[in-house]
Amino acid sequence: MNSKPRLAPQPAPFLAMEAISKAYPGVVALADVSMTVQAGEVLGLIGENGAGKSTLMNILGGVIAPSSGRIVIGNVVYERLSVTESHAAGIAFVHQELNVFDNLDVAANIFLGREMQFGPLGLMDLKGMREAAKPLLARVGARFGPEARVLDLSLAERQLLEIAKALSTKARLVIMDEPTSSLTISETRTLMKVIVDLKAQGIAVIYISHRLGEIEECADRVVALRDGRVAGELARGEIRHDAMIRLMIGRDLKALYTPPSAPIGEVILSLNGVTTQAWPHARADLDVLAGEIVGVAGLVGAGRTELAEAIFGITPMLGGEILLDGKPFRARIPREAIDAGLYLVPEDRKRNGLVLESSVSDNIVLADLKSLSRQGIVSETRVRARAAAQRERLDIKAVNLSQVAAELSGGNQQKVVLAKWLSMRPRLIVFDEPTRGIDVGAKSEVYQLLRGLADAGVGVMMISSDMEEVIGVSDRIVVLREGRVQGSLQRAQLSEQSVLRLAVGAN
Amino acid sequence: MQKKDMGLTVLIILVGTIVYLRNPLFLSPINLGNTANLIGLFGLFAIGQGFVIMTGGIDLSVGSMIALLGVVFVDMVGKYGVPWPIAALITIGAGTLMGLAHGLLITRLKMQPFVVTLCGLLIYRGVARGYTGEATAGFPFGASYPQLEWLTIGRSFGVPHCFFAMVIVAVICWVVLHRSVFGRHLYAVGRNEDAARYSGIHTGRVITAAYVICAVLTSIAAIYFAMFTKSVQPSSHGNFYELYAIAAAVLGGFSLRGGEGSIVGVVLGAVLLQELQNLVNLLGIPSSLNFAVMGAVILLGVLADQQFNRYRARRRAQRTIQHHTTT
Repeated sequence: MNSKPRLAPQPAPFLAMEAISKAYPGVVALADVSMTVQAGEVLGLIGENGAGKSTLMNILGGVIAPSSGRIVIGNVVYERLSVTESHAAGIAFVHQELNVFDNLDVAANIFLGREMQFGPLGLMDLKGMREAAKPLLARVGARFGPEARVLDLSLAERQLLEIAKALSTKARLVIMDEPTSSLTISETRTLMKVIVDLKAQGIAVIYISHRLGEIEECADRVVALRDGRVAGELARGEIRHDAMIRLMIGRDLKALYTPPSAPIGEVILSLNGVTTQAWPHARADLDVLAGEIVGVAGLVGAGRTELAEAIFGITPMLGGEILLDGKPFRARIPREAIDAGLYLVPEDRKRNGLVLESSVSDNIVLADLKSLSRQGIVSETRVRARAAAQRERLDIKAVNLSQVAAELSGGNQQKVVLAKWLSMRPRLIVFDEPTRGIDVGAKSEVYQLLRGLADAGVGVMMISSDMEEVIGVSDRIVVLREGRVQGSLQRAQLSEQSVLRLAVGAN
Repeated sequence: MQKKDMGLTVLIILVGTIVYLRNPLFLSPINLGNTANLIGLFGLFAIGQGFVIMTGGIDLSVGSMIALLGVVFVDMVGKYGVPWPIAALITIGAGTLMGLAHGLLITRLKMQPFVVTLCGLLIYRGVARGYTGEATAGFPFGASYPQLEWLTIGRSFGVPHCFFAMVIVAVICWVVLHRSVFGRHLYAVGRNEDAARYSGIHTGRVITAAYVICAVLTSIAAIYFAMFTKSVQPSSHGNFYELYAIAAAVLGGFSLRGGEGSIVGVVLGAVLLQELQNLVNLLGIPSSLNFAVMGAVILLGVLADQQFNRYRARRRAQRTIQHHTTT
């Protein structure tokens, strides 16, 4: 289907958005955006954060009303959609922020609000729902059953559940917003198969992702948004990484990898047979040297985050030892790790990295208030000075230092987390999925920062599930599987295959 | 002063003006002195409650603590002849231990604040009643403690010393909450305990400290109340006082979710509550309607505040969109 040349007279599209604009007081979020989606087509939608992707999709979902323009679905013309109309027209969402209820089981989540009933009392038909859920789960390749409690599911499995839920609504268009941001490599493969399956059934997919490799793989056509306008469109044959980036940011991006400019130094941190609760019977060994970026690859659930948290004193270490500069070290609480210069940039920025309701400056100084105070009283002048310096250094885009962190874009939020640690004296920083959900421009800034840290003699450990990133940025990659280090690959040996082979354990 | 505090101040002046116009006795020195006395008494432990609410917790045991510690203090001084400074130290020490127990049960054993302090409410009240055998604890006839009385129920220039005590406590707490490292940590823990922990804050210690502060201020208030009423009736003394404290904090802009509020706010909240009590008395409203008036005003106050916040959030959202498209 992909290889076929485009036929000249196109069939009427399933969906057409015509000259959609959305203005807020004093700002234009979308300007004259037109876009079509054919039945059974996978449309890749790309753009940096703030380019207007979410606004556009929220208009489709009926959450936001456009200021002008119209939406045509089939042959019905809408000035605006309501949530119900959108639903009735067969549009389903798979949100990046998961909307599942972890106190219910899988089947109950799938049929939430549309529960099957029986008998005169309208009691819930639990058995019927579970039966009906089974084929849906099979279609997304889920390894859990309809009775499973969502509480017990991993982030990735919940994502699959969301997709199954979208399928259950007999959708004709499924909008997937960053669906793989928490999926493992093999789960991403499964998702790609699901998408092919959807296409075959004539269901259209709008696929929004910052992972351009996935877009390259699955999209039939790409639309790029920039500053609320359509920056360009790519047909199947033109979808290439560099072309997409050019459309998104309006220029070419430098190569990811920059070699170290300072020599690699001594071992800073060694893990010897470290065991965590995730894999109580597996022992992990790894070293981080001053001046190198060590990528930690592996599937989600391989125990990478737990390892980082054990170093940082969040989760207890069940066995083994950690050596810092050759001396045994064990942090029972984060403060002890921080005092030793070991910092963690956590995976879940909003939950663990930031106090969202606090200001940019309060977040930057949060871990180091002691040194900005005298006799327990905080010096506001020194706080401001510290925060202003960091904002300058990392180019944090905020109205001012009093702006609350919640209002910043993902990339700038991440910079605030980094600023917190960079303003102190790092010996080693563990970055857990440092670029998750942030746009291409901010990503490359983060990579430069990592390199800058390494060149300054700081040990850098980067946990990442983004293959392109982990291969592109690391000097060395350590692959974890089921809590064990499966191997360590030098720069010369790095390839997607070599990493994947170690991560999944295939021969 | 924050906008919220300004709004509350305006409301206090507005209510005061209306009451004064209906009954000029409102501004008589005697009435003002008595109201200031009550503001001092209730303000003392409302400030403490503020610290706990800042963590996202709640302390329901306050009223019972005032009864139990009041009984203990009165008995020590009146019955056993313990010198009052030592008795005061013991009382405050006992309060500290109660606060510590609450804090440790909540942070170490991960119990819910509501449950822990609800049990405190029941236990302390029960112990107070059991210890006295339901009898009223009081000072012996004719006994007098000049220094203690000067400190607690004395007045200078017509202003009750209890009010001064509250002001001093408020100033100290203002510095602690709004200017100290501990205060910053408290705000962070209240807003996002996880992120605070990941930033190296000893979250358990911070939360426990909040319960201890609350209990210490409550035990100081317990001594003032005991001296004010002169006798402590263990089954009714301090009943529902925790709710006055929570109401003052909520009126003052504290969020029960934590991480929101100010000392000025909770003091103003306490002032407004006492003003309302006074309003009921001075306007000849049956005192049985007391609670109804208070409840209605709190409901309206919080509602208005919330509407204002929603308006601000909308404006903020618009600013965000603006900001995102310009960067």
